[in-house]
Amino acid sequence: MSCGSKIRERRNSRQGLDRMHEMTAPPGATAPVFFEQEQHAQAEGGTLIGFWLYLMSDCLLFAVLFACYGVLGRNYAAGPSGADLFDLKLVAVNTALLLLSSITYGFAMLEMSKDRLRMTLGWLAITGLFGAGFLAIELYEFSDFIHEGATPQRSAFLSSFFTLVGTHGLHVTFGIVWLVTLMVQVRQFGLIADNQRRLMCLSMFWHFLDVVWIGVFTFVYLMGAMR
Amino acid sequence: MFAHFDIKQLIFGRLSLEAIPYHEPILVATFAVVALAGIALLGAVTWFGKWDYLWREWFTTIDHKRIGIMYVILAIVMLLRGFADALMMLVQKALSVGASEGYLPPHHYDQIFTAHGTIMIFFMAMPFVTGMMNYIMPLQIGARDVAFPFLNNFSFWMTVGGATLTMLSLFVGEFSRATWLAYAPLSGAAYSPGVGVDYYIWGLQVAGVGTTLSGINLIATVIKMRAPGMTLMKMPVFCWTTLASNALIVTIFPVLTATLALLALDRYVGTHFFTNDFGGNSMLYMNLIWIWGHPEVYVLVLPAFGIYSEVVSTFCSKRLFGYTSMVYATAVIALVSWLVWLHHFFTMGAGPNVNSFFGIASMIIAIPTGAKVFNWLFTMYRGRIRFEGPFIWVMGFIPTFVIGGLTGVLLAVPPADFVVHNSLFLVAHFHNVIIGGVVFGLLAGVQYWFPKAFGYKLDPFWGKVSFWCWLSGFWTVFLPLYVLGLMGVTRRTQHFDDPSVQPYLTIAAIGVCVIMVGILTFVLQLIVSYFRREQLRDFTGDPWGGRTLEWSTSSPPPPYNFAFTPVVHDLDAWWDMKRRGYERPLGGFRPIHMPKNTGAGVVLAGLSTVLGFALIWYIWWLAALSFAGLIAAAITHTFNYNRDFYISAEDVVRLENQRTAQLAAGA
Repeated sequence: MSCGSKIRERRNSRQGLDRMHEMTAPPGATAPVFFEQEQHAQAEGGTLIGFWLYLMSDCLLFAVLFACYGVLGRNYAAGPSGADLFDLKLVAVNTALLLLSSITYGFAMLEMSKDRLRMTLGWLAITGLFGAGFLAIELYEFSDFIHEGATPQRSAFLSSFFTLVGTHGLHVTFGIVWLVTLMVQVRQFGLIADNQRRLMCLSMFWHFLDVVWIGVFTFVYLMGAMR
Repeated sequence: MFAHFDIKQLIFGRLSLEAIPYHEPILVATFAVVALAGIALLGAVTWFGKWDYLWREWFTTIDHKRIGIMYVILAIVMLLRGFADALMMLVQKALSVGASEGYLPPHHYDQIFTAHGTIMIFFMAMPFVTGMMNYIMPLQIGARDVAFPFLNNFSFWMTVGGATLTMLSLFVGEFSRATWLAYAPLSGAAYSPGVGVDYYIWGLQVAGVGTTLSGINLIATVIKMRAPGMTLMKMPVFCWTTLASNALIVTIFPVLTATLALLALDRYVGTHFFTNDFGGNSMLYMNLIWIWGHPEVYVLVLPAFGIYSEVVSTFCSKRLFGYTSMVYATAVIALVSWLVWLHHFFTMGAGPNVNSFFGIASMIIAIPTGAKVFNWLFTMYRGRIRFEGPFIWVMGFIPTFVIGGLTGVLLAVPPADFVVHNSLFLVAHFHNVIIGGVVFGLLAGVQYWFPKAFGYKLDPFWGKVSFWCWLSGFWTVFLPLYVLGLMGVTRRTQHFDDPSVQPYLTIAAIGVCVIMVGILTFVLQLIVSYFRREQLRDFTGDPWGGRTLEWSTSSPPPPYNFAFTPVVHDLDAWWDMKRRGYERPLGGFRPIHMPKNTGAGVVLAGLSTVLGFALIWYIWWLAALSFAGLIAAAITHTFNYNRDFYISAEDVVRLENQRTAQLAAGA
């Protein structure tokens, strides 16, 4: 940098073109610390905030599917409506299973924080079973609808219904695959920091699916059955 | 015989020899050129024994700088492809008037304009912008890498996978004819039964996963990895625009993914989201795709605004005028960009109230954008301006972009839009802002940061030639298109009956040749600079008198970027350091903790690409196999806990001593 431009910079500052930022010491004062000697660990919360962002983007994916259901949900094309199809008792059992699985995942996390490996694995296994039960009931419901002729191709309502509920089910399926993988890893490597972080991420994912399901239950099933 | 046929279908799906367009001379010639160039390139790599080097140092790298460079290379390659499409279109238009039919049949022409738009946005502008953000932003915030280095590599290869599928459609099968946003119901199975739209869908889905993940990655990086002392309001403007752009990416790409998935369901499963029958609603598709599409424009242009801000303040040797207002303008543009999508289809018939809302919202965007333009101008006012390579692009950008913005405000008025919508006026408008705004910005960024990435400046003469060709060529193409649009000539037209349009189209075709010279001289500039690199060498790491932290390290920066994490006291941290007597540390180096290279990204993205190809051609066994492989590879990757290592203190000392020697040589 040439001396001239230095002077010019100072002159510009003095003229108040950008006085706002003139908070620092004038040139010539003792130089402050410009670098730190200590090695900083990589940003600790990085994974969690990244995973949050991923969940929000996933949430928007569901938002699109909800919006489609909102637009197309009454386009029955002379086919069956939600009121004709939905069996609320079955859905209530299903909802209970999923909500319970969230609670049991919470227990697993509590055991994790107490560093109890076997108990953690036990609660995780129960969570996975609840999830599998949820999926089984959902698949039973789907096959029931399809046997009645209420296929995704029948009407725009059914297209959007199957896609919204099915996408949620697909997420639960991936959650279970992930859960099993993590259980193997926890058993193999113990509750090390890496695994704790992973369990935390899956925990957020699992609860997120619960929240989405509450939306599905309310807007699709309850309001659909009332129509 | 019948059974034999079935087996063939089982193995190859709908892929057959007829999918190879050997009867199209244009495509055969293109294929010959591409194949020869490809063989030459692969042969050269093999001859010089560089495969191992490429694999170890580049393909598997998790270094944000190398990934950034690879993104930009991908973008430049795709620019050549997308530009070839533009050239073919404009030449066809100029020839195909009156009795002449030109040389492109209608369906081929439809594929070309679809491919041009798709490639230029998704595989030219997006990788270019992502590459810039990847390379520069971590350096500007004083970080050693991005928050998730492996994910970064994976994102890049997913983008390459999507680009590969799109390019493959040129020689195997066909590309979509349904416009660059695949408007339904034209893109549905009923009207586009071939593989074209499927290529489009899976190409974008594969690339879209990469883009979303890279958006998450860069946001987490900005939020979590800034150097101590760098509060948000002390971040360089480019980091702010990166943050805003990625916030948009994370909010809109899921919408694109979902929308294309629904379109795929319509095509593969026979659902009725966007069909004309059984209760489907094609305007739903328009809304969804533009909820993605409009903010996408700002995803591209905001980082370009960031580049202009950096270039202006550096080459005027002045602090950026109105930094705070620049930040707020960026945020407001990002926010309002979510609320304007409907201006792409005012003619849908949503009614005056809806159209007014979206019209006014669209006009409001001009206010923060105008504030930015004035900030750049006021930065120049009484600055000591140096008209060097990067800065001339800013000078070209401001008038070009302002005119493009004004025609945009005109289009935001619903009654005016009813008159000129779907015309060449619109085509001229969005090229005006995307070329004048985004492309000029990216080229300015290349001129500006090239010495940082490679250690030598770009040749100024060829840079100027390229700039003037781009600028004059741009106006020669698009001024006639504005006029034609006002005359009522519609876009996507392959033939014109009215001979009075031919003079305008001929001028436009001449203009596109001038732009071609601009692109070729840009490539020439890269080549000439490489051969003249010793004369153009920069030893200081700070060739332009920079103000932000990327200029405080060597060019090219060491793998760890900064031997010691910088401490920031002021906006324009490096300027502040230079001004207040910063002494570069010469001792006390410690081992540096860094992530390890991994081939997992290449494998996962490769399998995704195969999956996409199998789905396009209905090769179900291959789809199932590659999907299973994808899951297995992903799970296997999670069993690798050993992901980082230490750069030893000796290596740091060695690299830092090199830098000391360089500085001495430069002084």
